[in-house]
Amino acid sequence: MLMPVATNLVLRRLSRPYLSHLFLLVQNYCSSVVQEVGSAESRSAELSTVKKKQKFPFAKNLFLGKFDHDVLTYPEILDKERLQTLNELVAPIEKFFCNVDSKKIDATGEIPLQTLDQLKAFGLFGQQVPEKYGGLGLNTTEYARLSEVTSIDGSIAVTLAAHEAIGLKGIIIAGNENQKCRYLPRLATGEWIAAFCLTEAGSGSDAASIQTRAKLSEDKKTWILNGRKIWISNGGLANLFTVFAKTEVFDHVGEKHDVVTAFIVERDFGGVTSGKPEDKLGIRGSNTCEVSFENTPVPAENVLGEVGDGFKVAMNILNSGRFSMGSSAAGVLKKLIGLAAEHAITRQQFGKPLTEFELIQEKFAKITCLTYAMESMAYLTAGMLDTYENPDCAVEAAIVKVFSSEGCWYGVSECLQVLGGIGYMKDYPYERILRDARIAMIFEGTNEILRIFIALMGIQHAGIELQETVRKLRNPLMNPNFVIYKLWQRRRQSSDSPKLNLGLDGYLHPSLQVSATLLEYCVLRLQYGVEIVLARHGQTIIDQQMMLKRLADVAIDIYAMTAVLGRASRSYCIGLQNSAEEINLAVTFCQDAHSRVKRNILDVDNGPIINNDLNYKKVAKQVFKSHGYFAQHPLARNY
Amino acid sequence: MIIRVKPDKTGVVTDGVKHSMNPFDEIAVEEAVRLKEKKIAQEIVAVSCGPAQSQETLRTALAMGVDRGIHVEISGTEYDTLQPIHVSKILAKLAEDEKADIIIVGKQAIDDDANQTAQMTAALLDWPQGTFASKIEKLNGELHVIREIDGGLETIKVKLPAVVSADLRLNEPRYATLPNIMKAKKKPLKKVSPKDLGVDTTARIEVLSVEDPPTRQAGVILADVDQLIIKLKEGGHVQ
Repeated sequence: MLMPVATNLVLRRLSRPYLSHLFLLVQNYCSSVVQEVGSAESRSAELSTVKKKQKFPFAKNLFLGKFDHDVLTYPEILDKERLQTLNELVAPIEKFFCNVDSKKIDATGEIPLQTLDQLKAFGLFGQQVPEKYGGLGLNTTEYARLSEVTSIDGSIAVTLAAHEAIGLKGIIIAGNENQKCRYLPRLATGEWIAAFCLTEAGSGSDAASIQTRAKLSEDKKTWILNGRKIWISNGGLANLFTVFAKTEVFDHVGEKHDVVTAFIVERDFGGVTSGKPEDKLGIRGSNTCEVSFENTPVPAENVLGEVGDGFKVAMNILNSGRFSMGSSAAGVLKKLIGLAAEHAITRQQFGKPLTEFELIQEKFAKITCLTYAMESMAYLTAGMLDTYENPDCAVEAAIVKVFSSEGCWYGVSECLQVLGGIGYMKDYPYERILRDARIAMIFEGTNEILRIFIALMGIQHAGIELQETVRKLRNPLMNPNFVIYKLWQRRRQSSDSPKLNLGLDGYLHPSLQVSATLLEYCVLRLQYGVEIVLARHGQTIIDQQMMLKRLADVAIDIYAMTAVLGRASRSYCIGLQNSAEEINLAVTFCQDAHSRVKRNILDVDNGPIINNDLNYKKVAKQVFKSHGYFAQHPLARNY
Repeated sequence: MIIRVKPDKTGVVTDGVKHSMNPFDEIAVEEAVRLKEKKIAQEIVAVSCGPAQSQETLRTALAMGVDRGIHVEISGTEYDTLQPIHVSKILAKLAEDEKADIIIVGKQAIDDDANQTAQMTAALLDWPQGTFASKIEKLNGELHVIREIDGGLETIKVKLPAVVSADLRLNEPRYATLPNIMKAKKKPLKKVSPKDLGVDTTARIEVLSVEDPPTRQAGVILADVDQLIIKLKEGGHVQ
């Protein structure tokens, strides 16, 4: 059973109204050697269970209008014992974070060594490193729970994530036994810090275009690495870098090709220099700098995965790291909602507290629904990653990242707005958290790239199955019967009332029946949208980014609705505190999401003239033609 | 969340509230663990008197380095009226059974601020006491307890066995880490009842009423001191 996190929030903010009495007896003050307590056995060994096979990739299947009902059963990953241990672990870390001086970290641009040392002592530098290599061996769900706490300070969150979500992740995913034994123990304790080196001056979102090169020496024992990487998180602190570089390979006809290869590079290999820390908008305490490699010798055994697998390794690392942004963002917002609510309750204007003004109520309702959705999606996705063997959750993870990073930005900004001028002041945490949150929409794949990724992965998945349909639809003259049949089938879809045949309400508590129908509508509308764009654009759909964005947004909303409904239904059925209000949260969220989906699919259906896409393109074209704003100043001249 | 008084005015609402260790007790635990690390103490036993949730608190102590725990189960109305006198009797009995040499307690609980348990326990056992310790040293088989008093620091020497109560600046408690939390699960935790110890926990006090503090009245801005004096006189604050 998972702890109701919403309840946790309430508890955390309580000043301990009563405490159990704890007293101590210290026995025998003699100096004899103390007997060591038997060390804990490997937890992963005790708890290792055979993982299920994933039936279908859930989010991708949505593009076919197929819905895996199992996903509506909200996951309970941890057994009682492990759940209790997790909560025991969270408590002291939460307490520690209460005392972290985020304002000072932001002002000085540095995390104090003492703070880093305590983070290391907690084992937070090796959360997902298996226990046999000295890590905590946490599963995805547990990692997500801790991320909620560690994200309270943006700089610390990014330092930890750069170290383990990307910096050392490659070794866990693609490393061989030797590499794991050699590096993971040092990394897990934080004795060594890791960094991930992909981005270059000329290569941001387009990761395949990197210029850094590695050449194999004559004796084939050493690679010589040359190149410059920019904006490397932990770049100045790291002892170990996961570096991506171009290498040459010869194909079977002897022609030269460039491929990307991943390397594990120790700072001490030589030729590694890091620049001065970048002066950033937010996450100012996280070290970001340029890292240069000049004739750095890398032993051949330090290739991560196979030569030429680098791009795959990089994508696997990034895809597996993104999901945790959901719980991190939720953690931040849950804290801020509490602070802002406290203000709204006590602050009086026009003779009444802010809580009595509708526009303030609306803000809190929207932020709370969003946070609930983020949290639900984060633990649903973590649950999938923990449940299935080799899960295909890259789309889900991207959905969580896009939704949470934008939700966090919006939510923090609205909390700041509740405080008005006070929120703008540096004495309060809002402006700092707003600055810190901004990066989430940019790094680990920009939200624009990720939206295209979500839509294209889905369409590609659907396309295979729809190939025949689309071929026929695109050639109506040759397939008149098929097209007429399809039109008959679509007559309800084109009037925006698809026949609901998925039966989703049977998998949820009856009080969520209306929302279940809305979800069903959305799933079927996505399928319709996919068929339309495929029939209309065929292969060229890859370039129709405005259309793809709409489909991605629909998929995001559907996934969020699924998570929210499954969770609320479960909370209500097992009787969590405030679960009746949780049902209301879910209903509210689904109604909003449904309106967005309806609008998006109508826009897809209507095409670029009616939905304004064409006009957007025209305006943008003129901007680029004029190298900027093109309308003449209204005071330029008189008639 | 706001602390609310129960409708029947017998106390405050505590349903669903997370229990945690009293901060002064946490300091006491830390000091005990340090005594053991310095090889001054051989074994540490943590005691908690309270409902089932007290076990979670004991687990925290075990994760900080305590060797074993004793949970004295007291629940329901008996727990509501549990007083330092009862706890002192329980501790005194356990100290005799366990042949303890030092009892370290927090100087007071932060809910009732009673600040009586250390003193009463020492009296019941007829042991010397070093209350509000801000430093503890063991020299020549005696404990030197340094206490912060109004005029500066006071050092008292106590013979063992003794009762010590921990003040705020005695140390900074450590945080429990996952490996230690895992180790703590294997440590023994014994449950006893006050009856087993021959301690009568019948209420000695009766709570008549628990009231919310009066709500603060809105202030007014006055033009000058004369106005202020008039207002103060009206309110009966000055004569």
